[in-house]
Amino acid sequence: MTEQVIIAGFGGQGIMSIGQMLTYAGMIEDKNVSWLPSYGPEMRGGTANCNVTVSDDMVGSPIVTEASAVLVLNKPSLDKFESFVREKGLLIVNSSLIDKKTTRNDIRTYYIPANEIAAELGNDKIANMVMLGAYIELTKVVAVDSVLEALKKVLGESKAGLIPINRQALERGAACVN
Amino acid sequence: MAKVLMKGNEAIAEAAIQAGCKYFFGYPITPQNEIPAYMAKKLPQIGGTFLQAESEVAAINMVYGAAGTGARVMTSSSGPGISLKQEGISYIAGADLPCVIVNIVRSGPGLGGIQPAQSDYFQTVKGGGHGDYYMVVYAPATIQEAVDVTMEAFDVADQYRTPVTILGDGMLGQMMEPVEFKQPKKRTLEEKSWATTGYIGDRPRNIINSLYIVPSMLEDTIRKRFERYEVIKKEETKVEVYNCEDAQIIIAAYGTTSRICRSVIEAAEEIGIKVGLIRPITVWPFPDQAFEEYANKDAVKAFLAVEMSMGQMVEDVRLAVNGRKPVHFTGRTGGMVPTPKEILDKIKIILEEVN
Amino acid sequence: MAVVFDKTKGLTDKAFHYCPGCTHGIAHRLVAEAMEELGVLEKAIGVAPVGCAVFAYEYFNCDMQEASHGRAPAVATGIKRVLPDNIVFTYQGDGDLASIGTAEIIHAAARGENITVIFINNTTYGMTGGQMAPTTLVGQVTTTSPNGRDPMLAGYPIKMSEMLATIEGAAYIERVSLHDIKHIKHAKKSIKKAFENQINKKGFSLIEVLSTCPTNWGVSPKDAMLWLEKNMIPNFPLGVKKEVE
Repeated sequence: MTEQVIIAGFGGQGIMSIGQMLTYAGMIEDKNVSWLPSYGPEMRGGTANCNVTVSDDMVGSPIVTEASAVLVLNKPSLDKFESFVREKGLLIVNSSLIDKKTTRNDIRTYYIPANEIAAELGNDKIANMVMLGAYIELTKVVAVDSVLEALKKVLGESKAGLIPINRQALERGAACVN
Repeated sequence: MAKVLMKGNEAIAEAAIQAGCKYFFGYPITPQNEIPAYMAKKLPQIGGTFLQAESEVAAINMVYGAAGTGARVMTSSSGPGISLKQEGISYIAGADLPCVIVNIVRSGPGLGGIQPAQSDYFQTVKGGGHGDYYMVVYAPATIQEAVDVTMEAFDVADQYRTPVTILGDGMLGQMMEPVEFKQPKKRTLEEKSWATTGYIGDRPRNIINSLYIVPSMLEDTIRKRFERYEVIKKEETKVEVYNCEDAQIIIAAYGTTSRICRSVIEAAEEIGIKVGLIRPITVWPFPDQAFEEYANKDAVKAFLAVEMSMGQMVEDVRLAVNGRKPVHFTGRTGGMVPTPKEILDKIKIILEEVN
Repeated sequence: MAVVFDKTKGLTDKAFHYCPGCTHGIAHRLVAEAMEELGVLEKAIGVAPVGCAVFAYEYFNCDMQEASHGRAPAVATGIKRVLPDNIVFTYQGDGDLASIGTAEIIHAAARGENITVIFINNTTYGMTGGQMAPTTLVGQVTTTSPNGRDPMLAGYPIKMSEMLATIEGAAYIERVSLHDIKHIKHAKKSIKKAFENQINKKGFSLIEVLSTCPTNWGVSPKDAMLWLEKNMIPNFPLGVKKEVE
């Protein structure tokens, strides 16, 4: 199993965090992982993206050029990364902010109203976790519990109270693709 | 110790601290900023000192002063800053001072760009500063390896009284991977009886110096240093040879580029092309022997150096292969990263030519 | 036999390479005596510059480091940050401190580095053969200002002590002169105080020492002393520029 994922969106949408969470979860499950962010001026309010690899084998190139999955949270990211999905790969689109449909028919595409679901849950900031939930459900690359364990470590004791709502977000995302 | 997920830059900084580095002098530049930030946070907690210098020039000279007292000390920067440090690096080499320098390479020349590159190879490996000297240069490919070589670098610097550079790139500095901190194999290191610590009467006074106004004395000093370089070549050269048995094409690549090449090897295998990889872990000393060995094998048709530059290490590959097999080059520069497909296409072209 | 004079233990027995009449010798002795009298020789670490005093590491009888041109304050910072209880000093000329090393000295002062700086101002690059220095006076002839320093072409001499005195991190800045016995005696006191400040952890102390260069000025040692008094002091007024109690 080797999952090579691109996650992209606006700065502030939690793009880097869900990438790290996925990576961390992979590490908890003793898989080989790497997380590579875009960096530099483009991070200042523009689009952010990261490449995540989770694999049973040693990670070769940490750069993802032919992605097994692409998660896009805003429209410019769809335009930029749609072509990176390899044939039969996975494209997960945040339909709350992207009204466009994909032009590709050689891939599997899912449209998730991530921001609306997040709003229903009462926290606009967790649209990213809804997207991650959908992706994990589709690939089973890591267990939801591993993601929550990673989240616990990243958030720390003081913010442990945020775990339940994050679990809900992951579950709602998963429900969208069942 | 359990594995932790860390950014390359932070992992290098933590490795330095675990290797006993208590002093860090630096100046901000992308893409290495997490190193000084980490040091600024951690060093005061262990009784060490982080200082943001007024310039790269000052930073490397602070390193010189601190190294002259026998302390374990480090600085880090990226291309333009490393250029400014060259004066100090030459003096450090000339005064036989141990220290560790980290170069998280970005693209050049000039201000260039901030994306990953390997175009500082000549500068780092062939001198950079003025005069006859080398320094040990590690080129790690993973964050785990960056941690391992950084920890070892302080021992190597002390053992041979030489500056050591960790040659990374923006990708290695910015990415996250799981790492484990393990102490390197224990070396017997001599006490630093040469350090300027105040002589307190019980030893002759010490002088840290690179000036020898009598040419014969300078020549003697340099020759002795080069004798040490021979020992370093023999004892400290590191290389990974991967998949080279029966290989038709052998790729030469170091650092993060070598990881891209690993993906190429798998893709080549699928279409029936046998590709191997020789990956220098030290780029100085350069692993000549590994290249010589495979240059003599009949199965090997050609070598292909792959770099994020217009071709710098390829010159060392050519010297090592010494005309026994053709040596090709492919690469991207300016912060562009070669893709596995580009490299595989080049391999196909080379094979068509030789067949 | 009664000893009436003994050379300071702060200097080695190595004969100075300085030109006849040059005041570097006097300045070396004052610094060495100050360290000996304060009992700090055995924990002193000096930093030599590039310039005429490049061989200072051969003369001062303590641990020494030789820095690259202008960087002595950075090197001293590196030493002092590792060994805060040792005594660290730099000995620098005007080209070293006031030209190529301007950034290093200003920032060492701004950080309030607890070091002692001896700054020899003789208005010329002596070692390289008498080129124009940042402190060369207007109208002064050097090999690179053959018609005299022209402000329209080469700007004005820098008054380092006055400039450094504006810096909050500096504890003690004084300009002294070596042109006669009275002033030499005073210079000794000031240099000693600059070391005492370090012992008492008062912070950055710098003594600017007006000095002569008979060789490159092209005058006799005696006339050089007179030239210093007549020409340099009006441009570089003596006295304490800053002192933090």
